[in-house]
Amino acid sequence: MAVRMTKAWTPLTAENVKRLSGQLGVYQLADAQGGVVFIGFAGGRSLFGLRGEVEGALQAPPSGATQFRVEVNQQYTTRYQELLMAHVHDHGDVPEGNRGKPLPRLGRLSPN
Amino acid sequence: MNLEATEEQKTIIAQVRRFVREEIVPLEDKLDPDASELPPEEHARLVAKVKSMGLYGLDIPAEFGGPGIDMTTRVLLAIEMGQHRAGLYAPCYGVFGTAGLAQLYEATEEQKEKYLRPMLRGEKRGFFGLTEPSGGSDPARAIRTRAVKSGEGWVINGSKVFISGADKADFGLVFARTDPEKGRGGVTCFIVETSNPGFHVRRIVHTLRSSHYATELQFDDMKVPDSAVLGEVNKGFAIANERLSRQRIPYAAQCLAPAYKSHELALDYAKQRETFGAPLSSRQAVQWMLVDNELDLRQATWMTLAAASKCDQGVPFRMEAGLAKLVASEAAGRVVDRSMQIFGGYGMTKDFPFERWYRELRIRRVGEGPNEVQRHVVARDLLGASLK
Repeated sequence: MAVRMTKAWTPLTAENVKRLSGQLGVYQLADAQGGVVFIGFAGGRSLFGLRGEVEGALQAPPSGATQFRVEVNQQYTTRYQELLMAHVHDHGDVPEGNRGKPLPRLGRLSPN
Repeated sequence: MNLEATEEQKTIIAQVRRFVREEIVPLEDKLDPDASELPPEEHARLVAKVKSMGLYGLDIPAEFGGPGIDMTTRVLLAIEMGQHRAGLYAPCYGVFGTAGLAQLYEATEEQKEKYLRPMLRGEKRGFFGLTEPSGGSDPARAIRTRAVKSGEGWVINGSKVFISGADKADFGLVFARTDPEKGRGGVTCFIVETSNPGFHVRRIVHTLRSSHYATELQFDDMKVPDSAVLGEVNKGFAIANERLSRQRIPYAAQCLAPAYKSHELALDYAKQRETFGAPLSSRQAVQWMLVDNELDLRQATWMTLAAASKCDQGVPFRMEAGLAKLVASEAAGRVVDRSMQIFGGYGMTKDFPFERWYRELRIRRVGEGPNEVQRHVVARDLLGASLK
């Protein structure tokens, strides 16, 4: 599994979100240019899993998000941390939409 | 032989049991089922509470300000502290403090001041870097990371895998080969700072234990001074080995914590849940599962306490520690499995903690020396010189 998520972006619309599964996993939201503005996860307490979480983003898109992508993943906790750490490595900080929100204690990752 | 806990042990056990049930479990009910950390403000509040109870730093030896509890008490407490969802790997989320890396108790005064004491105060974090891609069960031969003498220090090149906490640590213990001709006599332990420009966390290793990851490390021309050597050059294997034997006893006890809780939950559920007009507890199939749980728990507990007792007496305990780890890790897996079966569909959901314990306990049969290696160690002790 690649450290960074590389799937194509999908427009953040009600129709697209409705098609998502209710499984556990991680997701990213991006602005129109494809810059990641938020990283989140659907965990064991998320109602309707990834669909529920991305639906929430559709109601109030963080930092002007217009696109999304998801990854079904049972290891959502560690994968979420990995994506945040990779973002910090690449951009020097967590995505704009994650700032000021509760975050796990992040380690230092230097992916090749 | 007296198998009863002392009055002092009973008092501390009761305190810890109450703490787990009244403070940890209610908090946990609001966290993600795979959480391994508390929110910082809750962590700080509970650390303060533990300190006010006089139980902070239970594992710290007396000469470093801790109560210096014996291994038997440590085992009894480990069984209590882990009786919650995250309890197998994160008992009470660490609010009872840490004893640091045991190998640092053998460090020089300067090293203790720089690494051990800040670690005991919770100011610094460390990691233990032994396993390599070439293997972990036979570190004496599998260690290919090389440390080469260069002027006033050493240059380290190589990699490590399945290392916990290295990405969040300030320093770590890295075992490297300093004499390629000498097998286990050619390994040295170095204290390495993670701010060193040659230190890299290349990858996260995701496992069944989805609440926590391991890391893969790479060392590129990592320069360390002579003062980074822990103990003596070419005697690092003894440092690693001492830890591996001693650690197996509390490791075994920790396996039993979720198993005891599973059994308790299964007993309650069997009495309440009715099928075809009668409680599950009236079915012989369920009764036998509960009896088998009881057998597994008692056997594993006594074997773990027997190992602890030998350790406390200061007599050799390597075989007993190996047996305890072997029996406890396997028995605990069976107890959780049977308890899930009694719970039926609910046992498989994230509404209950069984699924997390089931996944995490599977790792315990491999971690801290695979159970096949424990059997090998016991066979070697039983058969001695007759083994070729």
